[in-house]
Amino acid sequence: MGVEFIYPEFEVIRNDNRCIACRVCERQCANEVHFFNAERGVMMSDETKCVNCQRCVSLCPTRALKIVKSDCKLRENANWQDDTIKEIYKQANSGAVLLSSMGNPKPFPVYWDKILINASQVTNPSIDPLREPMETRVFLGKKPDKVKRDANGKLLCELPPQLELSLPVMFSAMSYGSISYNAHESLARAATELGIYYNTGEGGLHEDFYCYGKNTIVQVASGRFGVHKEYLEASAAVEIKMGQGAKPGIGGHLPGAKIVGDVSRTRMIPEGSDAISPAPHHDIYSIEDLRQLVFSLKEATEYKKPIIVKVAAVHNIAAIASGIARSGADIIAIDGFRGGTGAAPTRIRDNVGIPIELALAAVDQRLRDEGIRNNVSLVVGGSIRSASDVVKAIALGADACYIATAAVLALGCHLCRTCQSGKCNWGIATQRPDLVKRLNPDIGSERLVNLVKAWQHEIKELMGGMGINSIEALRGNRLMLRGIGLTEKELEILGILHAGE
Amino acid sequence: MKVEGQIRIPSGCAIAAVISKEGKKMSGEKIIDSMKPMHDRSNGLGGGFAGYGIYPEYKDFYALHMFFDQRATRKNCEVFLKERFEIVKSEIIPTRKIPSITDEPIIWRYFVSPLKSVLASMQLDEKEFVARTVMQINTEMHGAYVFSSGKNMGTFKAVGFPEDVGVFYKLEEYQGYSWTAHGRYPTNTPGWWGGAHPFTLLDWSIVHNGEISSYDANRRFIEMFGYKCTLQTDTEVITYIMDYLIRRQGLTLGEAASVIAAPFWSTIEDKTNREDKEKHMYLRTLFPSLLITGPFSIVFGFDGGLMALNDRLKLRSMVVGEKDDKVFIASEEAAIRTMEPDAENIWAPAGGEPVVVRVKDGAF
Amino acid sequence: MKRVYVNEKWCLGCHLCEYNCAFANSGMQDMATALKGKPIYPRIHVEENDTISYAVSCRHCTDPICVKSCIAGALSQEDGVIRVDPEKCVGCLTCVLVCPYGALAPSESGVMQKCELCLQNSCGEPACVKGCPNRAIVYEER
Repeated sequence: MGVEFIYPEFEVIRNDNRCIACRVCERQCANEVHFFNAERGVMMSDETKCVNCQRCVSLCPTRALKIVKSDCKLRENANWQDDTIKEIYKQANSGAVLLSSMGNPKPFPVYWDKILINASQVTNPSIDPLREPMETRVFLGKKPDKVKRDANGKLLCELPPQLELSLPVMFSAMSYGSISYNAHESLARAATELGIYYNTGEGGLHEDFYCYGKNTIVQVASGRFGVHKEYLEASAAVEIKMGQGAKPGIGGHLPGAKIVGDVSRTRMIPEGSDAISPAPHHDIYSIEDLRQLVFSLKEATEYKKPIIVKVAAVHNIAAIASGIARSGADIIAIDGFRGGTGAAPTRIRDNVGIPIELALAAVDQRLRDEGIRNNVSLVVGGSIRSASDVVKAIALGADACYIATAAVLALGCHLCRTCQSGKCNWGIATQRPDLVKRLNPDIGSERLVNLVKAWQHEIKELMGGMGINSIEALRGNRLMLRGIGLTEKELEILGILHAGE
Repeated sequence: MKVEGQIRIPSGCAIAAVISKEGKKMSGEKIIDSMKPMHDRSNGLGGGFAGYGIYPEYKDFYALHMFFDQRATRKNCEVFLKERFEIVKSEIIPTRKIPSITDEPIIWRYFVSPLKSVLASMQLDEKEFVARTVMQINTEMHGAYVFSSGKNMGTFKAVGFPEDVGVFYKLEEYQGYSWTAHGRYPTNTPGWWGGAHPFTLLDWSIVHNGEISSYDANRRFIEMFGYKCTLQTDTEVITYIMDYLIRRQGLTLGEAASVIAAPFWSTIEDKTNREDKEKHMYLRTLFPSLLITGPFSIVFGFDGGLMALNDRLKLRSMVVGEKDDKVFIASEEAAIRTMEPDAENIWAPAGGEPVVVRVKDGAF
Repeated sequence: MKRVYVNEKWCLGCHLCEYNCAFANSGMQDMATALKGKPIYPRIHVEENDTISYAVSCRHCTDPICVKSCIAGALSQEDGVIRVDPEKCVGCLTCVLVCPYGALAPSESGVMQKCELCLQNSCGEPACVKGCPNRAIVYEER
């Protein structure tokens, strides 16, 4: 094995009493962990290749398999933990930047889990969503400061472009290239059926999906991949991506191996060439440059589509958001540091940015303090995991939430966090045709619809408990929240009281 | 224990109102009587009244009704007022000593007119200036509280049962064309005079029964426009919302009602009149944060009229009745019958359907 | 009539259908007991090469050539479902020869067996359909 050997992170436990050697595990593992030993007539495994994606576990017809964390440990050390040491070995072996996928897994505080929701008792009635209307519809976009009337005093009912959502949840940006055609189709179809939106990410929009344009947000990112007239025209809204929660301050890199066939055509770059998105937009070095791009896109879309500016939650997010709110943008999307990614340098993913809960609270309050909250809608993402996270986000002040990790989980992702390998056994983060076909969009879109509808039911239950029958009345309603186990400072930033107060 | 303003206190209530469409004057006696059968809807921790048309001799001046904790505060406040207003009259509001009302603060009223020079230098219209000044006193001047600031109208409130509060303020000596009344059942408060209702700003007054679930969403929105919700009560925020929608945005009463008690989307979609549908879509999309949810019944008083409105699910009782030129509104029919035993056409307005009653043109 | 249809676009070639079929017709409670250490004789077979895979089972033709050709009268059509009577089958394999889809294969004992849509076993619905992880096999009216 040699000095470079690191004992595998996972062990494949096969129950020999159950295994019928059907070889489904072998056929389904793109990492080639399982193999059949014909001589002995048994299945065997090479766990050095296992990423714990659980595909074999899910498909094994006799439940003969489980993957467990290896108990081969280095000597315990609170400072030099196992992962830390092994990362050093890896870097000593490779001399390279460590890469990771999906969101920050480190044990930073999850503020959603330290916030509790209110309910009505006695002094006002809770509302049963099964008996009374319970509204979750929201409109995203700029709301004018002043009502206008014509000469006869009739209201002029024109509004700047708005996105109408049946509930305040949208599928966040994931590019075609980083995820598969079938994953995109699942998202597009689900968004259409749900009356919400999905986001193309920066990889352009495959022409097969132009038919879902009414429910599509197209992204314009620093690489400008796949941006052209029809692309903008096909969309419901255009999002300028300035940053991403998983990797604030750096660009993107889709390896040439994934730039194949339609991905290459959709991105408008040659097959096999690496797709490199620069860290900044090279035409935006300051806020006034952003304003120019916002208005360029408005001109290009004849002021018919809202422009979203997406930024990563960083330390100075409140001031940044205030600048964006005055840039002409209609919607600000903020991505917290726990947001997912197809690939990011580990150090950046795990150490840069701030939690979305704090960023949201700070931005919403700041925009209100400046009296410009109506200039923009706020969409937040970066690990919204459940209906209660959505309710808490809305009550803190968000207009809507972006979900992506939750969406890919619904599509089958088991968070093995090795998207960067391109060998996603679930057919999501891969371009290998034999793997892509594992995600049937009939199933994928159905599961996404199920998930979001289930959340909608839960949101309505929670709202009803609070005696609120329309989601507008929840937005920014921080009195409906209480903190638990938080410091004075944290409560102050979140703008909520402690439980018991 | 935290007092009103430091914490949000839910309360149940009784409300009542009467208006003469002919603009005929009534003493405050009847409205006091109306609160008696609804005694159990209050718990003695707050009651109050608003009368319109009660100061005809000073109708061009803002009547500032104020509470002061001590004489020094009043002296300081008067200095502050004199820098901004011409004070044409300054006096104690007459009260009578009764055993059920105690611990009263210093209760004063000023009839004032803003100094033109100050208005010009601040580039504000008169109403905006008065509203801001009231807000400033109430947030910044410890121990001073403006509880009424309209023209030719006034609010009278105290800690106690409403029928006692009416006697305390000698309301039988005032003559108004419309009156509103409120009895309060706060769930947790040592009671503070300023926290009693009606709540007023300029000519607007509101009596409210309910506990709105949208409170903080409404408050945080309205505070963007210079309003300060110091009391943390529903009534206060609803008053500011009405002021914002009507005075600042120029909406009609009906339009304002369809913002705060907006029809359900499904109702809007089913509307057959295109113009009406567009209007409701527009208002609801434009002012999502001013939708009020949770139970409420309010009577909104303004110069020359009253508007009664229930939340869109009608989670609080409210009935309306008529007799001759008078319209009566109350939490319970018993209150209407007390004011007018022969009241007719008693009905319960549907949730979200405003009932607007105005004094006939030319009645004054 | 509801039939089993296969969409090669979604077939992953995992062969689960074969095992589910064999288990469903084993009459046993548990798959490991039923299939461990034995060759399986499913009534559905995955045909595959490097780029395509496809599960094949009886189409239940409206005008079934197998029934016509059966020399023993073992094959019959009942409510559209083509069934085989193992007591009558003589194992001549004529049906295997004539089936244009290659959907038939003999059982372990040599007499014929074929897909009967799981109507005769305890599964209730076709086991291949129920167990297909990618909805490549469906049971529907067309």
